[in-house]
Amino acid sequence: MSDTDTGAALPRRRIDIAPALTPLLVAALAAPFIGSPSTFLTLTVAGLAMGMMIFTMASGLTLVFGLMDVLNFGHGAFISLGAYVATLVLLPLAAWSQADSLGLNLGVLLLALLAAGVVCAAAGFVFERVLIVPVYGQHLKQILVTIGGAIVAEQLLYALFGPQQIPLPLPTAFRGSIILGDAAIEKYRIVATFIGLLVFAAQILILDRTKIGLLIRAGVENREMVEALGYRIDRLFVGVFMAGSGLAGLGGVLWAFYREQVHASMGGELLVLTFIVIIVGGLGSVGGCFTGAVLVALIANYAGFLAPKLALVSNILLMVVVLLWRPRGLYPVSGR
Amino acid sequence: MMILSGDAPRSRALSALLVVIVLALALAPFLFPGAKPLNVAANICIYALLVASYDLLLGYTGIVSFAHVMFFGVGAYGVAIALYGLGPGWGALALGVAAALGISVALALAIGLFSLRVQTIFFAMVTLAVAYAFNVLASQLSGLTGGEDGRSFQVPFVLQPGFRLFDGALFGVRITGRVLSYYLVLAVCAALFLVLLRIVNSPFGRVLQAIRENPFRAEALGYRIVFHRTLATCLSAAGATAAGALSALWLHYTGPDTALSFSIQVDVLVIVVIGGMGSMYGAVAGAALFILAQNYLQALMGELSSAAAQAGLPILPGLFHPDRWLLWLGLMFILAVYFVPTGVVGKLRGTEERTQ
Amino acid sequence: MSANLSLQGVHTHIGRYHILQGVDFVAPEGETTMLLGRNGAGKTTALRTIMGLWRASRGRIMLGDQPLAALATPDIARAGVAYVPETMAVFSDLTVKENLVLAARDGPLDDVRLEWIFGFFPALRKFWLSRAGGLSGGQKQMLSIARAIVEPRRLLLIDEPTKGLAPAIIGALIECLKEIKRTGATILLVEQNFRVAQEVGDHVRVMDGGRIVHQGLMAPLAADSQLQSRLLGLSLDSHQ
Repeated sequence: MSDTDTGAALPRRRIDIAPALTPLLVAALAAPFIGSPSTFLTLTVAGLAMGMMIFTMASGLTLVFGLMDVLNFGHGAFISLGAYVATLVLLPLAAWSQADSLGLNLGVLLLALLAAGVVCAAAGFVFERVLIVPVYGQHLKQILVTIGGAIVAEQLLYALFGPQQIPLPLPTAFRGSIILGDAAIEKYRIVATFIGLLVFAAQILILDRTKIGLLIRAGVENREMVEALGYRIDRLFVGVFMAGSGLAGLGGVLWAFYREQVHASMGGELLVLTFIVIIVGGLGSVGGCFTGAVLVALIANYAGFLAPKLALVSNILLMVVVLLWRPRGLYPVSGR
Repeated sequence: MMILSGDAPRSRALSALLVVIVLALALAPFLFPGAKPLNVAANICIYALLVASYDLLLGYTGIVSFAHVMFFGVGAYGVAIALYGLGPGWGALALGVAAALGISVALALAIGLFSLRVQTIFFAMVTLAVAYAFNVLASQLSGLTGGEDGRSFQVPFVLQPGFRLFDGALFGVRITGRVLSYYLVLAVCAALFLVLLRIVNSPFGRVLQAIRENPFRAEALGYRIVFHRTLATCLSAAGATAAGALSALWLHYTGPDTALSFSIQVDVLVIVVIGGMGSMYGAVAGAALFILAQNYLQALMGELSSAAAQAGLPILPGLFHPDRWLLWLGLMFILAVYFVPTGVVGKLRGTEERTQ
Repeated sequence: MSANLSLQGVHTHIGRYHILQGVDFVAPEGETTMLLGRNGAGKTTALRTIMGLWRASRGRIMLGDQPLAALATPDIARAGVAYVPETMAVFSDLTVKENLVLAARDGPLDDVRLEWIFGFFPALRKFWLSRAGGLSGGQKQMLSIARAIVEPRRLLLIDEPTKGLAPAIIGALIECLKEIKRTGATILLVEQNFRVAQEVGDHVRVMDGGRIVHQGLMAPLAADSQLQSRLLGLSLDSHQ
């Protein structure tokens, strides 16, 4: 019988490569149209940086949906909140930001990120306990309630901080660009890419190497069976939700420095993009979210250069194309 | 009874409320003279139609879509582009409306069929993305749509403010083109509302509700889910398009803010919840309550804010500032979802049943 | 302290459907009780209700003198109950090893225990680091059972483990179940394959229409093909 014979062993953790290669495909397709290698490099780096920022914002949302089956339309509120926290951090530490020292500049950036992460995680705890717990399992009510929460949060931010745009200047060390041949690569973009990759690596490590990560991955697939194995997975929910909100806050900080301004509406605007990324990537998959974010960002940047009129709808087109190819996203989670 | 398609309000309180609303709307130019009250009344009519058509999809068929405003915008822009480009004639108006309906139904068909390939949860998020894309597209095709500034245009002569139906006044009110416009809006909204009432009370409507309750069972019973859902989407889109066309006709203007903004979708969601999902009357009651509050509550908030500022209280002036109207709306909305899930209609009917 | 599983007057409603309509039986400690019956009789519902995945609307469920009916599923599991569902429910994106690590709540994997499991199911050793989703149906079933026995449990709820398995594997499964019995665990086994039921079962409870319609020892039922025919709709021979 085939089950007991010693045929070839199954490959270890066979990963489906095709979807992961799509960003490379897109880059390869765009290159000849862009022409000049320096422009291509600038655009690609810009795309990678943007992708990392969006990934940071979106990864929490996809895990929350995958694990808890919760549609959080209020996720954008945490993005905005994180950005506002960054402005608060920079108030007393403006000197650090303006100083000509990489150490101090990096310090203030990291402090802003840390503060945003903590505040947004705490806000996430409140949001989950107050708004989400009463409507577990009811998708329609979740949509309505979280939209309500998003509106209230945005208005509260306006009430507390005022309706105007608040500037958030980049620390001195991160301003300007590095010149490589003909290409100008913005320094901040490199920093953001690096931070985003760190976030991705941390998530993968936690998911793959820790028991909690194991529980999350199993729970995303089949919550019931995890409970039947004796784990109170609803306690994990709060933690994951907080992590997701914290990550959204981090993404908000990165984005706010990128645009050098903060406004309560930025969360809502980025939310559509975040939804597109998690749909394209596959709900519940961190790897898919990463691929999706890079894909969306690259296309937005290439299209912005090649066909500006098309740029803003390019991600919708991407979403339609991906869903026609893989109706459940690039890396769907088994069993959903 | 026939005119209501057998769908009675089934509650004295609700019937009373509806009668008051309908009478107030029918006699608005005479009971509440002035530009602002008439504007409020027109908005109530338009939103009642817009929300009723949305409830057909959400409350009766169980489909969550964020693309409703898109169809509203198509109607509004259809009228605007036609009247701007072809001049203020009834023929142009008819052409604009017909074209808008055609485009809306085509879009609704595409969306409905696309939903076959994806799960329902995806569908909601996809409609959000599509509506956003449409919004952007409208701003970009500025040659056609007037871009960010929108399109101002002239309406047919009879509807223009300067037009007089006859010299002299009726009950103290001059019958201007504005008044005639109002009655056009009211008549069309009322007629379409009754049509929607007919639809939801027909066999087709009952199948929709069966599908909402238990799609598998409905399919097992032989109903073609795809056909019914797609048709419901198209009908809902047509209703929104009509509302959009009327809105443009009333404002003599169409722009991204008035016709495509997500805040309109939010307003629709709020009204549907406050009025009561799955009930056409909920759309009427909810729209009336919401629009009245939106217009007159902000004045109240302004008072509260100044009072708080004068008293030297921190934060409160900001919280009560009339621009923060949405904050309180959002809170009420959340409370409504939790505590009054059946909306005004449900509450009124429920109280009636309990006391009998 | 006895660890009998006892159900008294258990009703379960799912939506509008009244599936369990007053289930009463005892599954004696340390023995294997077969739960038999036609399709739709309520056997899976009974297991899921004991496991807390569906809430009993009425009645008592006791493991020894510990009431289970009001507990949440994780707490029922921690009371020493293991569940092997009909759908196997292996975590496809996790490796075989990770599936078992998750199941071994109380500590690291016990090598001796693992060797014992590999003895019945060598495929699990071979595919130790492979993604569980790539396993064949039979191998997934082995994994699902292995999860339930990777640590000692008081009560095992097993739902149709032999469905779709090749005869040789069924043989290994029977040996495995017999060994588990020897460790003193109580087993409640839903099984359509009467040969398996006969070889492994000590007691039998037959369900129909959400109730128990026959209780007793396995041996008499196995010897009476007329009774089998009446209760199960077919006899021993046609089920091999």
